[in-house]
Amino acid sequence: MTAVAIEGVFKYYGDFPALRDIGFTVSEGSTVALLGRNGAGKTTLLRIIAGLSKASQGQVRIFGEDVREDSTRRRVGVLGHGLSLYDELSATENLVIFAKLYGVSEPKKMALAWLERTGLERVRDGLVREFSRGMRQRLAVARAFIHDPDVLLFDEPFTALDDRAIAVLQSLLDDAHKRGRTIIMSTHQLKEALMLATHVAMIRHGEMAYTGERTQQMLDDTGFLYRTYEDA
Amino acid sequence: MRDKILYALAAIAAVLLARNLYIIFFVLGEEKNQGAIWRIFEFHFPAGILGLSGFIVATIFSVVYLMSGNLKYDSIAAAINEVSLMFAAIVLVTGSIWARIIWGVWWAWEARLTSMLICWLIFAGYLMLRRAIEEPTQRARLSAVVCIFGGIDAVIVYKSIEWYRTLHPGPVLTIRGGGGMPPGWQETAYWNLLAMLCLATILVMVRMRQENVSREIDSLRRAAHAY
Amino acid sequence: MSAQAVEPAASIPASTFGGSVAEYLRQIQTIAAKDLRSEMRTKEALNASISFSIVILVLFSFAFDPSSDQLQEFSGGLLWVVFSFAGALVLNRSFARETQNDCLDGLLASPTPASALFLGKSLANYALLLAVEAVSLPVFALFYNLHWTGLFWPLVMVMLLGTWALTMIGTVFSALTVNLRLRELMLPTLVYPLMIPALMSAMTLTTDFFSGTPLGPDNMIWVRLMVAFDVIFTAVAIAVIDTVLTG
Repeated sequence: MTAVAIEGVFKYYGDFPALRDIGFTVSEGSTVALLGRNGAGKTTLLRIIAGLSKASQGQVRIFGEDVREDSTRRRVGVLGHGLSLYDELSATENLVIFAKLYGVSEPKKMALAWLERTGLERVRDGLVREFSRGMRQRLAVARAFIHDPDVLLFDEPFTALDDRAIAVLQSLLDDAHKRGRTIIMSTHQLKEALMLATHVAMIRHGEMAYTGERTQQMLDDTGFLYRTYEDA
Repeated sequence: MRDKILYALAAIAAVLLARNLYIIFFVLGEEKNQGAIWRIFEFHFPAGILGLSGFIVATIFSVVYLMSGNLKYDSIAAAINEVSLMFAAIVLVTGSIWARIIWGVWWAWEARLTSMLICWLIFAGYLMLRRAIEEPTQRARLSAVVCIFGGIDAVIVYKSIEWYRTLHPGPVLTIRGGGGMPPGWQETAYWNLLAMLCLATILVMVRMRQENVSREIDSLRRAAHAY
Repeated sequence: MSAQAVEPAASIPASTFGGSVAEYLRQIQTIAAKDLRSEMRTKEALNASISFSIVILVLFSFAFDPSSDQLQEFSGGLLWVVFSFAGALVLNRSFARETQNDCLDGLLASPTPASALFLGKSLANYALLLAVEAVSLPVFALFYNLHWTGLFWPLVMVMLLGTWALTMIGTVFSALTVNLRLRELMLPTLVYPLMIPALMSAMTLTTDFFSGTPLGPDNMIWVRLMVAFDVIFTAVAIAVIDTVLTG
């Protein structure tokens, strides 16, 4: 079953095409590592898939429905650079708010369960303002998972994480993959991402340069893709 | 082809304006109660019509842009608003001069001048907003929304301030059932409207082309920096 | 701590009853409650707004003779100038607080429709502005010796209508200017000219009520104008808010 179908997507800033004729499909249960140099268009594409931005042309469908429908967004979990956490609210309050917005029944209970799962139960009433970066990352991950989404979109999730946070994230991603969830993550951290990935997609200058399964060669020689497709 | 249209319009405008100025200064007699200054009406009135209708037309183009996503409509809306802003300024200045001569004050808070001033402020804000946004698509989208608010508000402002203040000389043109003017004045006002309309069209077309070119330059610059 | 803890009992997302009215209202309530809770925790905007309004009131006392009888004539005007300027402090923060940590993205990625986000924030702002006004009004009446309890309920009605106009326009434009460099400058520049019909009506009615003139056929037109303004622009705001927030 196709989880995410992207067809003919263009994104224009004025007359400049930041994304040109992007098309690929992601089947349910796969984990896609989205690669590309800075400025290639990874974040732009992820934002469009997340419904944060409108494609100038083309379609993005998740499980057959347009990505901007509310019913579709309910099934998607998103984690961007900024983490989307309210500094002046507590960890629990942050999770409860998003749980409610996503229509989770028993939001308080789920929030507490996820705080435990990410090792934050002891600071559940602490204000996010006082958390370390690693703690915030873990809380943000909890926020992305709390409504049990079928599709997960992560923009450079491993950036500047401490060991503990990386471990938590890897375990959650692995777990999600085992439960058949679909994951798309853009990353510069090739090693961690490629270990989890089943497929790889590479963007170059706003165009899709390569899509395919993640091979052993890519795992062994992480620079391979860049050398092959990037430095033309 | 487009250049030919511009030149033709310029020629028509020049001829009309020359003719109108001649008539205004040499043919028409003095107005009974107000003297020479009434001639300013011949510019004040057309500028008012063009300014206001320009704002409304720009609002319509803004809606069209939001529905179609084609940036050309955004260029048209921006160009029209800018030119209309100029006409609004002409209305304010000529109205002020007239008020000084007739009423002895540089400014009077009467209905139409006040409404025009408010419209001027709203659409000056529109232009300021455009200047503050660098990315063309975002600029088009946000300024279209502001223009929609502005256009609807312009209508409301006009109606409500009319209720609020009532000092402006009542409508004098016969279509609005006003007191009428000496023969020849009304006709000349409409001729001037035509001349200024040609002028307005030229300015809008030139400005629009400027917008389109600057957008092209922007995209080339982005391409150069990206690669 | 082990990340292998037992998976939390499966929760059935409320999507089983789809995007219903109840869900929509719940989302509005969540957003409004969040904004109010955030503001109450720091009280930054609230304090700034109230102090600012009192400062303006004191300043005005130097602009003219506070004991003159003519004060009656522009009392309504003064009051609404105070409300508008103090209100801008609160309204500016409305969407600005979402830019920290990319919270706006988190909200937009959720199933919350942009209109629910807008209404939730507007309601929170409405409550905050009314709170500021509830403090400023008695202080104003005290400083300038005005009789405001005479036509109390009509006065309340004008406050409710006028404050909604200010809130709603301010919130939409807060969303519009949220990512702009010159946000603090652009918001007042755009909002105040647009607000004039509503402010004008509120000022006229308030002045009437302060001088004891009740609501009658002469000033009913201003009430109608405010209602029309509120209805028209709330509808426009709800229609365009999605375009404003997602590009």
